Amino acid sequence: MSIKRKKKLASWTTWICILLLFVLAIGVFSLCVGSGGFYFKEIIFSIKRGSPEFSILFDIRLPRIILGFAVGGALSLAGVILQGIFRNPLVEPYTLGISGGAVLGVTLNMVLGIAKILGVISLPISGFLGGTVVIIILYFLSINKRILKMHELLLCGVMISFVCSSLLMLLMAVSKTENLHGIIFWMMGSLEQPNMNLMWAAVIMSVFGLIVSYFFCFDLNALLLGEEEAAHLGINVEKTKRLLFVTASVLTGFSVSVAGIIGFVGLLVPHFVRMFVGNDYRILNISVFLLGGGFLVFCDALARIVIAPLELPVGVITGILGGTLFIYSILKKKLIIG
Amino acid sequence: MLEVKNLTCGYPSGFILENINFGLKKKEFMGIVGPNGSGKTTLIKAITKILPIQAGEILLDGADIGKMGFKEIARKIAVVPQNFNMEFDISVEDFVFLGRIPYQNAFQFWEGKKDEEIVETALKLTETFQLKERLVNSLSGGEIQRAAVARALVQQPQILLLDEPTSHLDIGHQVMILDLLRKLNKENSLTISAIFHDLNLASDYCDKLLLLDNGRVFSAGTPEEVLTYQSLEKVYNTPVIVQKSIVSGMPHVFVVPHPEEYRKSD
Repeated sequence: MSIKRKKKLASWTTWICILLLFVLAIGVFSLCVGSGGFYFKEIIFSIKRGSPEFSILFDIRLPRIILGFAVGGALSLAGVILQGIFRNPLVEPYTLGISGGAVLGVTLNMVLGIAKILGVISLPISGFLGGTVVIIILYFLSINKRILKMHELLLCGVMISFVCSSLLMLLMAVSKTENLHGIIFWMMGSLEQPNMNLMWAAVIMSVFGLIVSYFFCFDLNALLLGEEEAAHLGINVEKTKRLLFVTASVLTGFSVSVAGIIGFVGLLVPHFVRMFVGNDYRILNISVFLLGGGFLVFCDALARIVIAPLELPVGVITGILGGTLFIYSILKKKLIIG
Repeated sequence: MLEVKNLTCGYPSGFILENINFGLKKKEFMGIVGPNGSGKTTLIKAITKILPIQAGEILLDGADIGKMGFKEIARKIAVVPQNFNMEFDISVEDFVFLGRIPYQNAFQFWEGKKDEEIVETALKLTETFQLKERLVNSLSGGEIQRAAVARALVQQPQILLLDEPTSHLDIGHQVMILDLLRKLNKENSLTISAIFHDLNLASDYCDKLLLLDNGRVFSAGTPEEVLTYQSLEKVYNTPVIVQKSIVSGMPHVFVVPHPEEYRKSD
């Protein structure tokens, strides 16, 4: 291997190590802060199994951190994959209306009172069903003679997203006051998820997404040149687009069903990572996954401490923090380029 | 080596290539010429299986392209497109490395030593080695075109197809690219077929020409056979004068500006 390529491999490895350390540091930070703060050495040395502190740390905070990491990673990965197949830096997981479908599913569930009969677990399930319906509609609207038309897909997605939000407003207008609070809170997104099985499902889902994204990293690289050029490089473009679209959609749908709408992670994180590591999907996928997970865990920690003991919805933090960082990064990029 | 027999194919919108027949022999340099909308780019899309064939067949070394996988075609035919529209930028070296994708195994994650050597050779051959750290979108038109040729070369194709390789370039860069292609054609035995708008460049560089008109082959043969004023006036619908170039001795085409004034002065 030439020195140049070795250097590249070394810099990629360093970058991944830095990100891993960053994720670890944020994890520890997030474990320590909250309505009751702990020192790190306390966690290691003095808190005994069975004490109430132990329960707060490992039954409440740790699952929340793991869920945050999985959802943040999944959303960011979905964002970077969709940007790759649409060849458009403005596409994010929520552009396609999948989140709208999921919210609609959950809202319907609440308004019809299904959750009261079938239990709370039916909420994420109806969310996922709503998202899936949108995915299927999108897919069949934009498939034309076995060719998936990306611009049609994007337009349909934006339209479905509008239709969903209008239907949502309709439902909210006719629903009872006690349901409204639940709907709004769910829409704003929260990583509080008492169901351990769902947390683990989210983890498995996002890791599965990461693995799939690596099977297609060269296809995504080829797609940088355009669909025809990718085909000239021997890529089966149609198959790639379809599989990646479904993967990204399922990642999005699942994340929204488990944690509600947590905006901006899927747009901001890929954009940020591209500035640092470039556009090679071999390094992009893992970096986006790690940074996205870390970012969401960090935002969630902030959401818990800003007005402690009360909690802010995490979507508020990602929106404010993410939006500001996004504008800053664009300004900085402009200054560099001149 | 490439045989196109009774090819018919088209877009759903209605434009169609009809009954195209031609052959491309090994080491030949063939130019595809014709007016805008005559089907030149469509022909390239059909050859690389991007556009489904409706009738006829395309044979590559006797094997039907329709039965080959994209990957297999990519190892035999490389395409240099008219232009790139890259939303996300990468370095020239990474760009050229993309040309090795058809040779990647399913579980290969990193380019091998052989890939690096092939890329380095192509970069040096196209004189883009000194540009390899630059971002593709920061290059000039001539530089991008050379990098695109380098990327096509690392596919180690038997046939190189180019879509108007010189259309955005000044005369200096036009000659530079075409001399490079000619060198690849003569010294590296690469079979080349390129779309041209400039008939004089096509005449100077190509062994033979294919003149398309409205989705059909109007004529095919050596530049002397194809570039006659009778055919050109008919196909391009404008008066022309064809004379031998004082440099190459090949037929050169002169357009007649505002022909009605010339008629008056007769």
